[in-house]
Amino acid sequence: MAKKGNKNNKVADTAVVEPVSKKKATVVVENNSEEPEEEKEYSTLNLGPTHPATHGIFQNVLKMDGEIIHEATPTVGYIHRAFEKLGERRPFYQITTLTDRLNYCSSPINNIGWHMTVEKLIGVKVPKRIDYMRVIIMELARISDHLVCNSVIGVDTGAMTGFLYIFQWREKIYDIYESICGARLTTNIGRIGGFEREWSQKTWDLIDAFLRDYPEGLKEFSNLLERNKIFMDRTVNCGPISAKMALEYSFTGPNLRAAGVDYDVRVATPYSSYQDFNFIIPVGTSGDTYDRFMVRQEEMWQSMEIIKQAIKNMPKEGGFHADVPEFYLPPKEEVYNNMEALIYHFKIVMGESDVPVGEVYHCVEGGNGELGYYLVSDGGRTPFRLHFRRPCFIYYQAYPEMIKGSMLSDAIITMSSMNVIAGELDA
Amino acid sequence: MGKQLQKRTKLEMAKLPDGLEGPGFFATKLEGVIGLARANSLWPLPFATSCCGIEFMATMASDYDLARFGSERLSFSPRQADMLMVMGTIAKKMGPTLRQVYEQMAEPKWVLSVGACASSGGIFDTYSVLQGIDRIIPVDVYVPGCPPRPEQIIEGILKIQELAKNESFRRRNSDEYKKLLNSYGME
Amino acid sequence: MSRFENLKMEKQDLLNKITEKLNELTPGAVEKSEIAYGFPVFYIHKDKIHEALTILKNDPEFDFHFLTDLTGIQSADEKQLGVIYHLHNMPKNYRVRIKTYFDINKPEIPTACDLWPGANWMERETFDFYGVKFKGHPNLKRILNVDEMDIFPLRKEYPLEDQSREDKSDKMFGR
Repeated sequence: MAKKGNKNNKVADTAVVEPVSKKKATVVVENNSEEPEEEKEYSTLNLGPTHPATHGIFQNVLKMDGEIIHEATPTVGYIHRAFEKLGERRPFYQITTLTDRLNYCSSPINNIGWHMTVEKLIGVKVPKRIDYMRVIIMELARISDHLVCNSVIGVDTGAMTGFLYIFQWREKIYDIYESICGARLTTNIGRIGGFEREWSQKTWDLIDAFLRDYPEGLKEFSNLLERNKIFMDRTVNCGPISAKMALEYSFTGPNLRAAGVDYDVRVATPYSSYQDFNFIIPVGTSGDTYDRFMVRQEEMWQSMEIIKQAIKNMPKEGGFHADVPEFYLPPKEEVYNNMEALIYHFKIVMGESDVPVGEVYHCVEGGNGELGYYLVSDGGRTPFRLHFRRPCFIYYQAYPEMIKGSMLSDAIITMSSMNVIAGELDA
Repeated sequence: MGKQLQKRTKLEMAKLPDGLEGPGFFATKLEGVIGLARANSLWPLPFATSCCGIEFMATMASDYDLARFGSERLSFSPRQADMLMVMGTIAKKMGPTLRQVYEQMAEPKWVLSVGACASSGGIFDTYSVLQGIDRIIPVDVYVPGCPPRPEQIIEGILKIQELAKNESFRRRNSDEYKKLLNSYGME
Repeated sequence: MSRFENLKMEKQDLLNKITEKLNELTPGAVEKSEIAYGFPVFYIHKDKIHEALTILKNDPEFDFHFLTDLTGIQSADEKQLGVIYHLHNMPKNYRVRIKTYFDINKPEIPTACDLWPGANWMERETFDFYGVKFKGHPNLKRILNVDEMDIFPLRKEYPLEDQSREDKSDKMFGR
């Protein structure tokens, strides 16, 4: 593991991360050591909250020494929407719509994570077939998440082409979501206990077509950027973070793996039958922008492998939902013709199903890392307390440390490579 | 890769405003011509805050391609923008910034409110969310949806084009318009 | 199924070991311990919380080097506030939950920033939502809400809805 991160907070320039021109940076170091700190005059630059390159709304007040960032003070909360308070007022099945809007680049992961949390609370074991279907959806969501992040790194380094090419594939994933649940972005996919309906033949065809064609598209995208001299010059050694510091700042997900720690929730605490699948956790070495990019690239390939395995080993039996009449809406015909179904329907819609008292922590590997749901239930119709462990919120606080001493343009691509999603950050 | 490209052989021209046409000349009102030019070169300022911003990315990308409607260039500076597209939740903390961006835009300017959150606060009826951006800035077109599909966003832009095309030359100087701005505490 | 049984045993083991350790090094710290949905949970006295966390972090056997989560909670009777820590030891895959409760009128506990720098923003969020004052925190101010806000919105006594809203009158809903 490379230990290039800047541990010394006081003297920023000791850890200049060799930005575009190495020479200039070293000159600054010499200057700094000769002059006393007080005599330097810094200019203040307000980056955000509506800066186009911040992808979302974050404000950073930067103290600049020429083009080198001396200090950054981030402000967040510009789209704080009070998810956690809202969660205390909504019945369990209505909270799915909130989770959509956390990390909206990969909403199915959030939806399914929430369903699994409630299933854990009420003690439902879903059939293996549903687990596998969920895995397919979650891995597709991971691909679409990483695809946005990586193409946006390209845009921020000036390579718009990759974005325009790869977004066609995101549309294909949207088509798959649409054929399952009818929505594109905020999917609200699945229900507590399974899926709302059996997937149609068209869905399977679309998934097959995606698996068949996407490698070509991804390869094209890789060819554009991965070994591109300009891209590498911009991203290698840009915004690095050491494994030690990443762990101290509670990094998870691709950003932690890029720093060289092979922690993946899918492997460490398998959920949704992930233990049945064979896949590789890609890790980087230096935790810089290039490593984060490459880890995400490789994860897309691995996700495809997982989907292939899931389709191949998909159990034939098990239906599309678990047998939980108290939480899973009965079919409409049943409601009209069957007393019991009518009662369950009423109870679910009014949010009157009994839930046990208890507290559950469930985590899934989201697009950005460990997405945790801490749910405290007092047996009422709504959660007593609902807390989302939002990986973005937690690792974004290391951002000022990471960009200290780097150039402004490097700070921008560091942010886009960290994949900070405003909706998830501000809750 | 992907679909077969469809070539369009017949180019569609923008419809001319009403006027008097004869051999070698065409006479019409200046208003109409300027409206035509404005409508087909709207520079959007994307004020993307959350989910709708991702749908806007899809709108800009190759499948939906907003550039077909004369909005090729995104203007991230408010001073050169014609159309403010507010996409996503605007929290109370963000409100003043949005207003400032609107005030910095030069006349004539149009505002497109994309998505339920920007239009009315959406599902977030909470202490921290502004219940619709029309509480702080005037809005021309609302696009419903959570988030709206790219087709809907494009339709919203077409509606704004319609407004731009038919807007009276003196509208921005009228008392009515001043009254509108005054009701928001501007100017 | 046997795999899960083993896991449960391991967790009971872990629970006992940690309780033993904490009782040995800081007597009286552990008020209660239990296993809730596969998670060892410890209720720690608020005066001993920092000591207990330090032990859990630095002990070579447990080595909870990773702070997964930190959040606040209000007790059901609305008289107490709590802070909940989720700790994680990645190589051994130990996870524990630490809870500490204190009086709502005197919401003060020591910060955990010195142990995990990542606690910084999570504590600020907890302060923002519940008004828990973390003593020794380098920069304890509101993070998600505006600085001028004078309530702690996640406390049960404050309403969820936007109070300045006018269009929610009965007229709009035909009542």
